[in-house]
Amino acid sequence: MTKILVVCGNGLGTSLMMEMAVKDVVKKISFDANVDHEDLSSAHSSQADIWVAATDIAAQLEDMGKKNIISLTNIFDKEAIEEQLTNIIKG
Amino acid sequence: MVNFFEFMLGLLKEPALMVGLIAFIGLVAQKADLSSVLKGTIKTVMGFLILGFGAGALVGALNNFALVFTEAFGVSGVIPNNEAIVAIAQEAFGYEMALIMFFAFVVNILLARLTPLKYIFLTGHHTMFMSMLVAVILSTANITGITLVALGSGIVGSLMVIMPAIGQKYTEKVMGTDQLAIGHFSTLSYVVAGYIGSKLGDTSKSTEHINVPKSLMFLRDTPVAIAVTMGVFFLLASIFAGGAFVEEVSGGQNWVVFTFIQSLTFAGGVYIVLQGVKMLIAEIVPAFKGISDKLVPGAKPALDCPMVFPMAPNAVLIGFISSFAAGLLAMGIQGAFGWTIIVAGVVPHFFVGGAAGVYGNATGGLRGAILGAFTQGLCISFLPMLLLPVLGGLGLEATTFADFDFGVVGLFLGWMVL
Repeated sequence: MTKILVVCGNGLGTSLMMEMAVKDVVKKISFDANVDHEDLSSAHSSQADIWVAATDIAAQLEDMGKKNIISLTNIFDKEAIEEQLTNIIKG
Repeated sequence: MVNFFEFMLGLLKEPALMVGLIAFIGLVAQKADLSSVLKGTIKTVMGFLILGFGAGALVGALNNFALVFTEAFGVSGVIPNNEAIVAIAQEAFGYEMALIMFFAFVVNILLARLTPLKYIFLTGHHTMFMSMLVAVILSTANITGITLVALGSGIVGSLMVIMPAIGQKYTEKVMGTDQLAIGHFSTLSYVVAGYIGSKLGDTSKSTEHINVPKSLMFLRDTPVAIAVTMGVFFLLASIFAGGAFVEEVSGGQNWVVFTFIQSLTFAGGVYIVLQGVKMLIAEIVPAFKGISDKLVPGAKPALDCPMVFPMAPNAVLIGFISSFAAGLLAMGIQGAFGWTIIVAGVVPHFFVGGAAGVYGNATGGLRGAILGAFTQGLCISFLPMLLLPVLGGLGLEATTFADFDFGVVGLFLGWMVL
C-alpha cells in the first residue's frame, strides 16, 4: 500500500485539513493508500511514497530530498490534488 | 446498580475519557468500522494524556526561566504559547474544556444550518484552546455545571461562525474566492492588517515584486524556532541575573549549560504537547466535518491561517519580521513601565504576523504588509498582558494564551462575569 504523508508547520490544522481532502480524492479514484499527517520537524525523519504540502512547505520538503511531492496553492483544491496525484501514479 | 452508575459517572469525570467519548460518538455517527472506532478512540484518549506529559516536561523549564527573568529585570516575563498554557490548564479544567468543545461543535453546526453565517470551523486545536480559555474564565467566576457548559459552548460555537464572517471581506480578497474562510482565533489580527493596508497601503508595489531572503524559512520548524527564541531570551536573562544566581537555581550546574538545556527542554515539552493535540483532534475534526457536510451542505470551511501563506510567500516573511519587531518594541515599553513583559515568540509572530502580512499585502501592498503586521504585532503583545488578571490562578503561570481573539474574548468575558 502506498503511504501518503501530508505536512504543515505544526502538524495540527492545515495538514489535517489537507489530509481530509486527499482522502476524498484517494477514495474517488480508488487508489490504495494510507494517508496520514504530521509536522515539518518530524517529516525530516519520516518515510513516505508521496508527500503533500502547501507550496511554501513543499519547497522545504524538496530541500530535504523528498520525492513525489504534491504542492498546493489552495490547500482545499481537490482537483489539483487529483491531477498531481494521478501524474505521480502514472510515473 | 448504584455502584455501576457511580462507576460510569466517575469514568466520564476523567477528561481523557471524555474526549475519547467525543471521538467515539463522532466515529460511530460516521458509521466507521469497529477497528477504526477503537483505534480512533484510543488515540484520542492517548492524545489527551500526552498533553499532561508535555506539561510536566515544560513546566519546570518555564518556572526556571521565570525565576531568572524576574531576577534579571525586576519584572515577570510571560511566554505567550497556546499549547503550553492549555497543557498546564488541562489538569484543573480539562473536563470543562472537553464538554464545552463537544457542544461548541454542535452549536457551530446549528448556527451554520439555521443562520446566514454558513461557516464550519475546522481548526480543531483553536476550538480546543478557545474552549479552554472560556472554561477557565467561567470557572474563575464560579460558574459551574450545566450553566458553564451551556454558556461556554454557546460562546465558543458562536465565535466559530462569527469570527470567520468578520474576516470574510478581507479573506476573499486574499484568497480570490469566497468559498474559503479564515478559521483561526487571531482573526482580528488579519482584520486589523487588512484595514490598515486598505487605509495606509499602496497596492502598486506588492511584496511579491521584491527579493526576500528565504533563509528565515527554517523558522517554520516549530521546535527549532521555540528553542532558538527561548535560548536567546533565556541567555539574556541569565547574563543580567548573573551566573551566580542562575547556578543557585540550577543547583550547581554551569549556568550557560543550564540556560541552553532548559530552553531545549521547554521546546521539547511544547513538541510533546503538539503531538498530543494532534492525536486529540485528528479523529474529532474529520468526524465533525463529515457530520456537518451532511447537515449543512454547501457551508464554507473556515481553515487554519497557513492557508493564506501560498498566496504571498514574501509577505509572510515580511509580516513576520515586522510583527516580531513590534513584539520587541512592546517588550521595551512593558519593561520601561515595570509591567509584566510578554516575551516576543517567533512562533506566534511567524504564524499570525506572517498571515497578517499576507492580508496587509492584499489590501495595501508592501506598505500595507509592513504597517498591518506591525500594528497587530503590538496588539498581540499587549493583549496577553491585559488578559492575565482575568485568568485567576492560571494568570500567575509563566505562559499564557497568545492570539488576538483570545485576548479580546477573554477580556470581554472577564469584564462581563468577574
